[in-house]
Amino acid sequence: MSASAMSGPRLRPSFLGRVLTALAAMLVAGCLSGCGAINRVPTLEEQAKSSWSEVQNQYQRRADLIPNLVETVKGYAKQEQETLTRVVEARAKATSVTIDASTITDPEKFRQYQDAQNQLSGALGRLLSTVEAYPDLKSNQNFLALQSQLEGTENRITVARRDYIGAVRAYNTEVRTIPGRWIAAVFYPDAKPMETFTATPESERPPSVKF
Amino acid sequence: MGPGEARRRGAGAFAVLLRPIATLVVLLAVFAAAQAGAAEPDLPKLTGRVTDAAGLLSPEARSGIEARLKAHEDKTTDQVVVATVPTLQGLTVEDYANRLFRAWGLGDKAKNNGALLLVAPAERKVRIEVGYGLEGALTDALTKVIITTAIAPKFKTGDFAGGIGAGIDAMLAVLDRDADAWQRRAKVREDSADPGQVVIWLIVILVLVFVVWRMSGGSGRGRLGRGRLGRGGGFIVVPGAGGGWSGGFSDGGGFGGGFSGGGGSSGGGGASGDW
Repeated sequence: MSASAMSGPRLRPSFLGRVLTALAAMLVAGCLSGCGAINRVPTLEEQAKSSWSEVQNQYQRRADLIPNLVETVKGYAKQEQETLTRVVEARAKATSVTIDASTITDPEKFRQYQDAQNQLSGALGRLLSTVEAYPDLKSNQNFLALQSQLEGTENRITVARRDYIGAVRAYNTEVRTIPGRWIAAVFYPDAKPMETFTATPESERPPSVKF
Repeated sequence: MGPGEARRRGAGAFAVLLRPIATLVVLLAVFAAAQAGAAEPDLPKLTGRVTDAAGLLSPEARSGIEARLKAHEDKTTDQVVVATVPTLQGLTVEDYANRLFRAWGLGDKAKNNGALLLVAPAERKVRIEVGYGLEGALTDALTKVIITTAIAPKFKTGDFAGGIGAGIDAMLAVLDRDADAWQRRAKVREDSADPGQVVIWLIVILVLVFVVWRMSGGSGRGRLGRGRLGRGGGFIVVPGAGGGWSGGFSDGGGFGGGFSGGGGSSGGGGASGDW
């Protein structure tokens, strides 16, 4: 009997069976290792979003400290009306920038938010440097407490921004490289790269005063 | 051309490609390894509740402070740690303290109840870094007051042991008052096996057994000599599953010496000072 005669009727079913089992094995393997990859995009997106809300939290905390600070300084340094007014205006502008879910993916809105916060940092820095000339104010307990709270908040802002930049870097890398890009295109069409902070010269160091 | 000749040609093409592919793989591995070493400072290892890398404290002073810190942790599970470092390596004290706090993972992972007193005698800077969970008790203003009234005056006279001791006493007094006010109960940290991980491993093993059984059942119906494809399929599954689940066992790091961080983090709260 020749091999071809024996293989005719029996070859096809067992060959198909082997192909199917091979495909099933590859599918199972792909699913087991791919489940992790598919979930990475939303996981990293959520981490970036929670880092962003922490950044907003700290900026808001700073904005909340400012009215108290302005009142305390006003009591001792009436001549600095102009500087105080500038701080109050910058704060109003920073808190009026509307933030919604699209701020971190829209470059223009993000830039507006960042600029408003940087302006407030600048105005605060100028105010704290003018306080240097008023020794009564510098030794006032209330002012010292406010100043340490402000320094603490500026430090927290720095840490929150650092965490946010790291989280956004991880997310953007995942969404822009293969295979994350394909996964996002198929499963998460709404996932867009997020904006990150750009360091500006005047916002490099938080406003602080050395006695 | 016959099947044997086709195989030889295919094998030859593969051999020709093998060397450039191998070179590429080696180059990529080297490149990846080089990228991994970023500019991170050399942080000291956590050797105990008082990690005196700058050598400021005598052994008696250190053990006295450690005893107080351990008593506080037993009572409230807060992890308060003292660290002295010979140099800040060019970083600001705020940056260094935050990195050190996170590297050591002070405080419970869920409660984030850690605090770090960092002294850098070379740069004459001191900082109290407070974890997220203790920011309500050890506020920025309060830690600043502790530094300016309890720690810096003693450091100015060179009394490091006294300054650190006074600072720790003040911090623990604040935390104790807060603990009583909020009626925190001490909980013993248990190291138990995570039942979730055990269940996941059982499911993976069952799936593997099922797949292998189906494959050996399928190829048995065909010709004996052609079982290679089924076995090859079995090997594809195992590396995929192993790679997916191996990350689960890497936690629970190996700190010796009986004290280790609980995985907590800090957001930059606290205050700094100098002398």
